[in-house]
Amino acid sequence: MSSPSPSPSPAASFLSDTALIFGRYARQTLRSRLQMLFGVLMPLLYLLFFGPLLTGLPLSSPGSSWQVLVPGLLLQLALFGASFCGFGIIVEKQYGVVERMRVTPVSRLALLLGRVLRDAALFVFQSALLVLAALAMGLRAPLPGVLIGFAFVAVLTAALASLSYALALKVSTPQEFGPVVNAVTMPSMLLSGLMLPIALGPEWLDVLSHVMPLRYLVDAVRAAFVGAYSSPAMLHGVLVALASATLSVTYCTRTFRRSAA
Amino acid sequence: MPVINASGLSRTFTTKRGTVEAVRGIDLVAGRGEILGFLGPNGAGKTTTLRMLTTLLAPTGGTATVAGCDLVRDPAGVRRATGYVAQSGGVDPHVTVREELVTQARLYRLGKAEALARTEELAADLGLAELLDRRTAALSGGQRRRLDLAMGLTHRPRVLFLDEPTTGLDPGSRADLWDLVRRIRAEHGTTVFLTTHYLDEADALADRLVIVDKGVVVADDTPRALKRRHAGSPDASLQDAFLALTGRGATPHAPAPVAV
Repeated sequence: MSSPSPSPSPAASFLSDTALIFGRYARQTLRSRLQMLFGVLMPLLYLLFFGPLLTGLPLSSPGSSWQVLVPGLLLQLALFGASFCGFGIIVEKQYGVVERMRVTPVSRLALLLGRVLRDAALFVFQSALLVLAALAMGLRAPLPGVLIGFAFVAVLTAALASLSYALALKVSTPQEFGPVVNAVTMPSMLLSGLMLPIALGPEWLDVLSHVMPLRYLVDAVRAAFVGAYSSPAMLHGVLVALASATLSVTYCTRTFRRSAA
Repeated sequence: MPVINASGLSRTFTTKRGTVEAVRGIDLVAGRGEILGFLGPNGAGKTTTLRMLTTLLAPTGGTATVAGCDLVRDPAGVRRATGYVAQSGGVDPHVTVREELVTQARLYRLGKAEALARTEELAADLGLAELLDRRTAALSGGQRRRLDLAMGLTHRPRVLFLDEPTTGLDPGSRADLWDLVRRIRAEHGTTVFLTTHYLDEADALADRLVIVDKGVVVADDTPRALKRRHAGSPDASLQDAFLALTGRGATPHAPAPVAV
């Protein structure tokens, strides 16, 4: 009576597990138009009502004010969107869905990556909508630079969504989850120069902002939007983004493996 | 060789106030096709034991094998051989019955065509065929429980763990579920490990009862033998035997707490 278990290679199982989990959560997102569009709202409001304030200001940064603001808004979208991804898993935990999946042979890494890939796809889609709106407002940027910006959105999403899922597996109520996320996202936004380049401020703020990993990503996407693809800012951004994503995914996979949730 | 074989299985939790010994060395065996009732008052260690046997929680002491696979060394083997139906079920209310069953089969690594065929087969077998395209939120309590059971059976497991399977069901649905469990055992030789707070359920369904209290096994025998020994007569109520063994009443409606 045991299962037929035609055991394919571990790599093939891992890929099909990941595709399966991705498919499940992609369908969940497609069922909710609200979820698909809501994340664009906050950056769109900044674009419409904050963007025009900057057009005549000296921002001590190459390119137009839109080439400074839109990279920040893309990463803002990923920062706030991905940090709250864990809410979904808190709800699923209450339905028993997480445990039901953890008692199956499915790969623990796939349980995480399938979700994270869905999140990345969603936020890149929203980023594309935001860039289209920005084009209408006056943004002009090279296409490769914009695509690099989307790649940064995807990698930042992987890093932050993983941490968010790990946190959500550890807490038991949304009331514990929200304040922790806010405590991380607000300083990240302020200390990374997301809205305005930190170079405008005093030196102590600039020094302080360099301990904030997000700062390097913001600088890199701004460099991409003015076509500076081989600048040191780009290199540092790529390294920090990949290192953060690797650390977070590893940490969260361990949490999925051990969690008593 | 027993299908479930636990020896000295234990689990301690470290909390701010010190360590809590939730399970303090449980020995139990279950054979092929046996329905084992696992009983005990709230906080006795039932849920913790169940979570260890289903690989959700690592033991801190002792050993156990399920379907010949060691809990610690081969959790993937244990998972392939077992089905687990949690008290809360584990389906997403927004998803259709068909999608949940197919996904579940795929999580157990059945191929696409195989997963679809197995879904149809299980739905027909468990009276869910008409409900396949409904969202799980639209099912009645009894239908939901049959779906939960189907979810645990997609991969034809050798061992089925049921955590309080009939809590909250009306009497008719309970009787249906008991028949279903008996039929699964009869047709497939599945070993069923079942926790319950309903002593009539344990009496009616289980071949053998393991009663735990304060993290250890206090009795392990057939319902008839337990009643004879601990309540004076094989025709006495299991409630009397249970009270004699644990010194407490069973609390039928309270959910088992998750041990901390």
